[in-house]
Amino acid sequence: MLAFLVQRISQAVLVMFVISVIAFAIQDGLGDPLQEMVGMSVSMEEREALREELGLNDSMVVQYLRFAGKALQGDLGNSYFYGKPTLEVIAEHLPATLELVIGASLIIMFLSVPIGVYAAIRPQAWLAKFFMGVSTVGISIPVFLTAIVLIQIYSIGITIEWFPEDTGWGQWLNGALTTEGGLPSYGRGDELTHLFGTWYSGFFSTDGLMHLVLPCVSLASIMLPLFIRLIRAEMMEVLQSDYIRYARAKGLSAVRINFLHALKNTMLPVITVGGVQVGVMVAYTILTETVFQWPGVGLMFLEAITRSDIPLIVAYLMVVGLIFVITNTLVDLVYGLVNPTVKLTGKKA
Amino acid sequence: MTTATLSRWNRFRESFLWYSFKRDKVAIVSSIVLLLMVFAAVFAPLFAPTDPYDLAQIDIMNSELPPVGMPGADSAFPLGTDAQGRDMLSTILYGTRVSLLIGFGAVVLQAALGILFGLLAGYLGGRVDSILMRIADVQLSFSTLMVAIIVGAVFKASFGNLMFGEIAIYMLIFIIGVAEWPQIARTVRASVLAEKKKEYVDAAKVMGFRTNRIMFRHILPNTLSPIFVIATVQIANAIISEAALSFLGLGMPETQPSLGSLIKSGFDYIQSGSWWITLIPGLVLVVLVLVINLLGDWLRDVMNPRLYKG
Repeated sequence: MLAFLVQRISQAVLVMFVISVIAFAIQDGLGDPLQEMVGMSVSMEEREALREELGLNDSMVVQYLRFAGKALQGDLGNSYFYGKPTLEVIAEHLPATLELVIGASLIIMFLSVPIGVYAAIRPQAWLAKFFMGVSTVGISIPVFLTAIVLIQIYSIGITIEWFPEDTGWGQWLNGALTTEGGLPSYGRGDELTHLFGTWYSGFFSTDGLMHLVLPCVSLASIMLPLFIRLIRAEMMEVLQSDYIRYARAKGLSAVRINFLHALKNTMLPVITVGGVQVGVMVAYTILTETVFQWPGVGLMFLEAITRSDIPLIVAYLMVVGLIFVITNTLVDLVYGLVNPTVKLTGKKA
Repeated sequence: MTTATLSRWNRFRESFLWYSFKRDKVAIVSSIVLLLMVFAAVFAPLFAPTDPYDLAQIDIMNSELPPVGMPGADSAFPLGTDAQGRDMLSTILYGTRVSLLIGFGAVVLQAALGILFGLLAGYLGGRVDSILMRIADVQLSFSTLMVAIIVGAVFKASFGNLMFGEIAIYMLIFIIGVAEWPQIARTVRASVLAEKKKEYVDAAKVMGFRTNRIMFRHILPNTLSPIFVIATVQIANAIISEAALSFLGLGMPETQPSLGSLIKSGFDYIQSGSWWITLIPGLVLVVLVLVINLLGDWLRDVMNPRLYKG
């Protein structure tokens, strides 16, 4: 176990090192800090002196070591646009993104498990086929498109007048298909509750929750089909195994077999795959936040790109890279702990 | 030559692939829809009523006209017009062409990279294998879309808006191709590992062929069917990635729109009630991706190759 631990952690450190080298290369290649600091009127000699003083004439290795040393102490420079430390800017935007992810994860958990289990137990039922069909279509719809359709239906509202108004059924169909709209589709609202530090939460007011609905549903919509399919596939495999057949032969109730015996072994691969999906989730939050102008880190990153705010771009890469590496390492370790058949040392089979 | 092509055609007609195709309604409908879309997109200049790249044909007075069937529509613009007065039907045809081109190009690039690295990793094994697969693991754990966004962001920041717009099509092919190579490399590696143990490879080795020849002439042809399956699905993924990048403003410029940038430019007008500018290209995108995915599913079921799971 110890060898496994050391191997995984050293691998994580190596990946983090590569990320920091890439981040450093971006910082070095994209911007001239001198241009940001001084105006046009400064002479060449003064520039050269400043260059020397800032250490910009040192070798790349020395400059990288200085960058890495500062980064380890939590100093990733100041944002050009916000004029304060980049990590502070990220800390201000992070809670919004986290709340979006938490909300979406809750929706995914409470929907994917029952639907996936149902589709595995009754694969031939029309409702199960319907869910699987919807999830195939769902995977083909990009998250920003789902978001736009949701905005059109629930925020702007649609008026349907296709059916004849003078008949009863036509009126009923028109009424049933027409939506009022009115759900907020922009930002987080004004009624945020201060929790601690930079965390202002939208979970504790009606207005905040209303603002969360559409972004969370959009974000969940893209991950939900994946989890439903995964749970269904794993569950169907588990249901074939000998211990389930034995439990059936013993005469245990179907509920007990399905939810106690089978579900337990289904959830293990689901949790590991879910942990690895964090990277995908971050990419999708960028898209969701763009559609809803949600003031999280994804939108901040995109704005930093349009403003060429290099230190903020670099800091974002480092922070997101760190989050990925930590979650992936944790998932690996947890998997190694619960599943003893994983080869602890050496290469992956 | 005629006899050769005829027999090849006959062989195809008697193959299991054609047999199962004829019996699968979903596959038939999807391929008809896909062929129609590709045909319309490739010959867009012939079908499109106007040329969206030609500024002289655009009249700003025609902006935001709704599609036919809604009050205020103009029959000259069957799908309405966008905010600049461009005919939606024409922009969608040209946009589908751009999206397909990028999707196809990106898959060709990632297949080239994936086949090369997959063969090397699988056949040579050892250190080459562990380094290449570790890179693939790390890249996949970051998710391909995230890698594409970061690379796109860096390119955009270093080239500037104007320059990026001019070379966007090549940039996108490069970005998506580089971001997604691990998918194909893993599949190729898995089937190379299986093929490597077979007798014909031993025979080739005994005959003294060079490693390159064994890898590309002997093993590669036997790994083609899984590559073919995964490449089909990857085209759909590449089209979605392109649309996502364009939607974030890291892709095609509005003057030379793809489906993604059409959706993006229409999104600014959705609050004013002009839903068609964004939702019609969106629908086209979904249908395109859906039929490719359905065909990919069908191919996978028929060829049943050893696909890398997950």
